[in-house]
Amino acid sequence: MSLLRVKDLSLSIGPTPILDRVSLEAGRGEILGIVGESGSGKSLTALSILNLLPRHSRLSGSVIFDDIKLTRLSDRALNDVRGDDIGMIFQEPMTALNPVKTIGAQVAETVLVHGKAGRGEAMAIARQTLDRVGLGAEEFPLSRYPHELSGGQRQRVGIAMAIALRPRLLIADEPTTALDVTNQAQVLDLLKDLVREDGMGLILITHDLAVVAEMADTVAVLKAGRVVESGPVRDVFRQMRDPYTRKLFSASAHVPARKAQQSARTLLEVEGLVRTYPKPKPAPWAPRAFKVALDGVSLSVAQGESVGLVGESGSGKSTLARAVLGLETAQAGEIAINGAPVRGPGDTAFATRRAMQMVFQDPYGSFNPRHTVERLVAEPLHLLGTEAPSGAERRRRIDTVLTQVGLLPADANKFIHEFSGGQRQRIAIARALIVEPSLIVLDEAVSALDVSIRAQILDLLAAISERIGVAYLFISHDLHVVRAVTDRVYVLKDGKVVESGATSEVFERPRHDYTRALIAAAPRLDAALKTRFGE
Amino acid sequence: MTLFVLKRLGSLLASLLAASLVIFLVLEVLPGDPAAFMLGLNAAPDTVAALRDQLGLNAPLWARYGGWLAGMTVGDFGISYTYRVPVADLIGARLGVSLPLAIYALTLSTLIAIPMGALAAASRNSPLDTGIMGVTQLGIAVPNFWFAMLLVLAFSVGLRWFSAGGFPGWDDPYAAMKALTLPAVALALPQASILARMMRSALIDTLDEDYIRTARAKGLSRGQALRHHALRNALIPVLTIMGLQFSFLLAGAIIIENVFFLPGLGRLVFQAINARDLIVVRSVVMLLVFAVVAVNFIVDVTYALVDPRLRRPVT
Amino acid sequence: MRSVGLNLVIGAGITAFFVVLATVSMVWTPYDITVLSVADRLQPPSGAHWLGTDHFGRDIVSMLMVGAQTSIAVALIAVGVGVLVGVPLGLFAAATHGSLLDEIVMRGNDVVFAFPALVIAILITAIFGPGAVNAIIAIGIFNIPVFARIARGSALPVWTREFIMAARLSGKGAAHISLEHVLPNIANTLIVQATIQFSLGILAEAGLAYVGLGAQPPIPSWGRMLAEAQTMIALAPHVAIVPGLTIVLMVLGLNLFGDGLRDLLDPRLRERSR
Repeated sequence: MSLLRVKDLSLSIGPTPILDRVSLEAGRGEILGIVGESGSGKSLTALSILNLLPRHSRLSGSVIFDDIKLTRLSDRALNDVRGDDIGMIFQEPMTALNPVKTIGAQVAETVLVHGKAGRGEAMAIARQTLDRVGLGAEEFPLSRYPHELSGGQRQRVGIAMAIALRPRLLIADEPTTALDVTNQAQVLDLLKDLVREDGMGLILITHDLAVVAEMADTVAVLKAGRVVESGPVRDVFRQMRDPYTRKLFSASAHVPARKAQQSARTLLEVEGLVRTYPKPKPAPWAPRAFKVALDGVSLSVAQGESVGLVGESGSGKSTLARAVLGLETAQAGEIAINGAPVRGPGDTAFATRRAMQMVFQDPYGSFNPRHTVERLVAEPLHLLGTEAPSGAERRRRIDTVLTQVGLLPADANKFIHEFSGGQRQRIAIARALIVEPSLIVLDEAVSALDVSIRAQILDLLAAISERIGVAYLFISHDLHVVRAVTDRVYVLKDGKVVESGATSEVFERPRHDYTRALIAAAPRLDAALKTRFGE
Repeated sequence: MTLFVLKRLGSLLASLLAASLVIFLVLEVLPGDPAAFMLGLNAAPDTVAALRDQLGLNAPLWARYGGWLAGMTVGDFGISYTYRVPVADLIGARLGVSLPLAIYALTLSTLIAIPMGALAAASRNSPLDTGIMGVTQLGIAVPNFWFAMLLVLAFSVGLRWFSAGGFPGWDDPYAAMKALTLPAVALALPQASILARMMRSALIDTLDEDYIRTARAKGLSRGQALRHHALRNALIPVLTIMGLQFSFLLAGAIIIENVFFLPGLGRLVFQAINARDLIVVRSVVMLLVFAVVAVNFIVDVTYALVDPRLRRPVT
Repeated sequence: MRSVGLNLVIGAGITAFFVVLATVSMVWTPYDITVLSVADRLQPPSGAHWLGTDHFGRDIVSMLMVGAQTSIAVALIAVGVGVLVGVPLGLFAAATHGSLLDEIVMRGNDVVFAFPALVIAILITAIFGPGAVNAIIAIGIFNIPVFARIARGSALPVWTREFIMAARLSGKGAAHISLEHVLPNIANTLIVQATIQFSLGILAEAGLAYVGLGAQPPIPSWGRMLAEAQTMIALAPHVAIVPGLTIVLMVLGLNLFGDGLRDLLDPRLRERSR
């Protein structure tokens, strides 16, 4: 008999229906993966199980945990189940911990609130649990505060809080989405170990099919609040009876059709770039310390070429992007585009600037919400100074770029909130194209998008490059995407290029240990299925 | 932590120095010749000269400023021109009324506001919440000196529980506290309304934080999550507001002294303005500014006690 | 959601009511307030004098109408001073965030913040004597750091948004970006703060006039009406109660208006209802 049975769970918040008769089963010592794109209701499914729902929620159906019908319990009775029998981990490690309490107190609280031990013993259990999740006493005493830890470490504290009482079921809601690949791999390994050692059930909620393929025993595919397909991972992924599962699967592994660009003419040349930031001084009399963000980085991009830049957070890839675009002044080194020097903010000619544009990560934050699409897209025309087109010519150029990215000229009169995330990234590309640049820097430009939308945008980028010969500097932490769309790749670590070369070469025969570690840590759908099920 | 306090202390001194310079320039430079200004139009030239001499006006500007600062550090604020006694003595006596009044009012308003705000937030959108919000909405619209007049009308003129004004001195602490009670209530209630609303909104914001959900997932009840996690975090913004509100409280205390005929700093400074006694004005103003800056310093330090991110910054 | 609209409507109604009263009083009042009539002094409310008369026999309704001019003018101009000086300072500080200039502006702000409006009024009055202009200057100066802080505080998160980087990539400078991108995105916050400072200004003006640092006779003002009524409070309570209630109503109206406006303009609420 299974550990958790969810039957016909329906949920609406206010007038909005969220879940529609969701049924799931999770067993002891097993991992159930729930996959879905944004808006599928996967997180709210998790919150429904423990009834941690927002106000004005209406829940129907039943959740049965070990013969107890949770949906029948009062909030007070559920408090005894939460944290004791069922633990939960959340997505955002940066905000999930109370900033004014020590990590020891927060882990011990799980024990104390259920009255399982006195204060002293609870602290001892907190110590053991933190050790268990890899936060040893030496470096992570109980008296540490959350702000003194990194994102990965905080997520481990979150896990420690959830498993302190060795619950029989653990619910993890996108536990690694906010983490770097190497951290993600470690946290996933930790979760796998916990399941094996404690015989605990795990519900793993994720948008990433590869994570499910690596981890889960059974899977449920969620779309718009409904389970479209569920069953053992092997069956679901092999048979893919539902068209939506098939679509997700192919979008995840999507490689846009593109021709490798071989041009001898160098477009962008970066030589020995150094960028340091002064650290805040601990005391006025202390000597000024510096953080080195870029430590002698050199790279080049040829005309029409697509170059990847891979690195984890803090590797300096965003600093490099800002320096290349002339938004920051480097302390040493040279940047030139088409032979023209790129210096700092006030020091780079407009004629040089118009050769480069950028597409940002956040489709929601990269547009002024108070301007029309016309005004947003036309903004870079400021770089043309007195030669900027006006009137009908200006409008014609806006129409052209909007059409180029698959939107309608009429969209120019709308405001940005009228568009979806994928459409907004199209508008961002249109904005970059309007000054006919030779280089577009894409800074995690598809990272915030769902897989199906991501596939469309990657196709669009490939098509544009083919048509107008623009070069891309593709910055991403996502190795698959970089592998799929770039000709050459640079691997950045701690402000240094540790490896570079043709993309296929680097991915198939990585020379540097760090590159190998990165590639090994990134979950891969096909590889995972092959290793686990031998096909 | 020590370093944090030292840094704040440094900026406290800098603020005081800048403020003193402003006060000095306004009162010593703007009127032209302060001695002539204080004595009025038809003063005899030799009287003016004598006052100039007494005020040390013949010294260069920077030396006078330095002398004033140096004097204040040892408690010498100069001699009042109208009272002919050291200003320090004048202020000392008045401070015995104004300072206890301000502290009394601050204590009252905090004791009323924090639980009220917390209660409203905990029972968000209930009739209790709506009631508290309605009362506080009215409370912040009431001028405290008018509210004081109503209190006099009700409790002194009507019920005769309190005398209508005056201050018996601290020889009889009970009588003194009684004389300060109506003024303190009049000051505190409008202030408490503002603070309670701040407390409520800070607590509601905090209750929406991710770590409250984490706490609930650990098995804490709504009330436990509020007490153990939300309250302390909500106090951080509320503390800031309390510091800023103190200047309103101080100004209010000075105004309200007029309603109750209390011999405090307010009475002293208004009389000094009428008598053009710039020395008294200068000293009282400096003292008020000092109080505001000092309270904000205390708030900053308390802030660091509550928030480890300030106490133990990561470098 | 309905109560949101209700706050706004009631608040706007009360505010408009007082603005109309003040405007009408410029050309017409029920009685001439410059004529003193000892025979009519301290009359209780009646058909002839709706809210009674004061100790000089002047009609209180007429006094309140003219007094509204003073209150509204002082508070409004003081808000104007705060916005016109404070907002550019705050925008400038945010644009130069982390630099010495930002530090200087903010430290200067702290110093001004240490002077409550009453203290500024005391300083000015000690040199120039009392008057309504002093009240404007005192409250106006007090408003400057308020607006500078709120402008800087709400501009800083806007500066970290990616559309600012897009504007910089388009070659736009800090001043250009502040006006075109930052200001429109913080305007709502500033408008709401302006209504709050307006109502605080009404209260502050009343307080200053009450202690004799504001408008001087013969200019009527709500605060001074209260000061004059104080000695007669036992004799004729309405003379003290009515002007106080008027202040409460006006401030309440402005606060409700501000609350309603905030709920209407708050992007979070709007996003949710979409």
